[in-house]
Amino acid sequence: MMEFHSLLSIRNLRTCFHTYEGVVTAVDGIDLEVYRGETLGVVGESGCGKSVTALSILRLLASPPAEIKGEILFEERDLLKMSVDEIREIRGNAISMIFQEPMTSLNPVLTIGEQISEAIRLHQGLTRQEAWAKAIEMLQMVQISSAEVRVNEYPHKLSGGMRQRAMIAMALSCHPRLLLADEPTTALDVTIQAQIVDLMERLKEEIHTSVLLITHNLGLIAEMARRVVVMYAGKVVEEALVEDLFSEPLHPYTQGLLGSIPWIGRKMETGRRQLQEIPGMVPSLLEMPEGCRFHPRCPRVMEVCKGEEPPLVQKEGRRILCWLWK
Amino acid sequence: MDSSKPQRSLIWIKFKRNRAALFGSFLILIYLAVALLAPVLFPGNPSAPNLMKSLERPSLKHPLGTDELGRSILGRILYGSRISLLIAIGVVCVGLLVGVPLGLISGYYGGKIDFVIQRVTDTLLAFPGFLLALALVAVLGVGLKNTIVSVGISMVPIYIRLVRGCTLGVREQTYVEAARAMGTRNGIILIRHILPNVLTPITIQTSLGMGTAILFAAGLGFLGIGVQPPTPEWGAMLGSGRAYLFNAPHVATFPGIAIFLAVLGFNLSGDGLRDILDPRFK
Repeated sequence: MMEFHSLLSIRNLRTCFHTYEGVVTAVDGIDLEVYRGETLGVVGESGCGKSVTALSILRLLASPPAEIKGEILFEERDLLKMSVDEIREIRGNAISMIFQEPMTSLNPVLTIGEQISEAIRLHQGLTRQEAWAKAIEMLQMVQISSAEVRVNEYPHKLSGGMRQRAMIAMALSCHPRLLLADEPTTALDVTIQAQIVDLMERLKEEIHTSVLLITHNLGLIAEMARRVVVMYAGKVVEEALVEDLFSEPLHPYTQGLLGSIPWIGRKMETGRRQLQEIPGMVPSLLEMPEGCRFHPRCPRVMEVCKGEEPPLVQKEGRRILCWLWK
Repeated sequence: MDSSKPQRSLIWIKFKRNRAALFGSFLILIYLAVALLAPVLFPGNPSAPNLMKSLERPSLKHPLGTDELGRSILGRILYGSRISLLIAIGVVCVGLLVGVPLGLISGYYGGKIDFVIQRVTDTLLAFPGFLLALALVAVLGVGLKNTIVSVGISMVPIYIRLVRGCTLGVREQTYVEAARAMGTRNGIILIRHILPNVLTPITIQTSLGMGTAILFAAGLGFLGIGVQPPTPEWGAMLGSGRAYLFNAPHVATFPGIAIFLAVLGFNLSGDGLRDILDPRFK
């Protein structure tokens, strides 16, 4: 196996929000490791803390109400201990981010070129003309046709796929070491999704960036990631290499997630009329169940799950947070 | 706000269809032309008294008659347009320069600074606008400059509230978060990313605000605590004409019509702009 060096190492990250109804812990003591050059997938249902994790890394959550505890080591420096100026120097430069909604992640009153060159000038100290030329170069890199024309256009003239390309161009303009991609393809058509995935794969190789890919699309994970982290209700419940996870999911939640993907042809094979589903919903963060957080929905629930928090089990290089494998 | 940059030609087409707005801007154009061309339209000194011709009815020589000191009312109205325009622009500038930055800061940063700015705004808004201007004049004293400052300050809380409200909405947009994720400084985010997105309501408020400013300044002039004579100011003219309302009604009537038309122009254009630019009114 290749030797991987840690780029980002999250230790016991705990992000909570102080609200009028009480303290909401969106991310509850997670550990993550992103190695240089790899893509780490983070999957889970809506509201399980995936996006909050990404926002915590760049400290983009308004605080108060948010409170971030733990350690986020990026190239051995703790992002949480940095001054405001230091973290700003990291943002968009060493770590940048792509958002889910390409329709709203570009400012409607600024041209594409203005937005990309702003980021470039901010971190690379180029002149206006140099940054503008670089912006055109970046647009060509993300395969936007007639980039010289597009650079002068406002976002409303671009399609969703083009905007996401422009967003990627902006995020990669300073050659970040880590790219946080928060549901980068969710809002796009399937054909466009495939193009964006190809593009991200290619650019990742070209500029040697690591990717933290946040999604609920397991197909995307299978396509892009090397390792996967499955999150549920603010906790990491399983971590494994992609092949292992897909061939043999260990945590009942992961099994449920994989069972709920529609596969073409499966209906005929199994004669099933319905997809499997995980009954119930992600619990409200204000009313977390006792013991294992998944136990009210778990098909293999045991007595012990209801009272005690499950242990973290290390098994063949995988991590599972479940009593089943104790 | 609008998800795409409004297209200028489309706005122009909509504006042309909106008859009230068109009429309003026509009034403003006349008003601006009169203010610019006053010395051409009325050669001579509008403030020079001629007691021999006191309170004359409209005639060919003095189309709108003369006032108690024998000065041509037409001339004073023409020159008065310059004063009221100056007041309108000055007042709106005070409102914009103080209100917009405070509103942006209050809405964007939130927290304690927002609390302080909003409580001060609450206090100012608790006074009826004109009463606030009146109280400020009482403190600052009369005159053109103090009229502008007083009426301007009475407009500040309106701008603060408006800009803060819009900023609260824009602040949550993904592009603001994206800008922060790119490492952009807060100051630059405020000026380059948020301010342009709240300009539409500011523009509308500014047009409406100019009408209100003229009205307030005329009110102060009418009470004799605004711009002081012999400066030809519409409100003051109205005030001095009040004494002759029965034997020489034209002295008060024509300045009143001038005020009415100027305010009407700004209000109609402001309403029209709102209909055209504000998606919530479609």
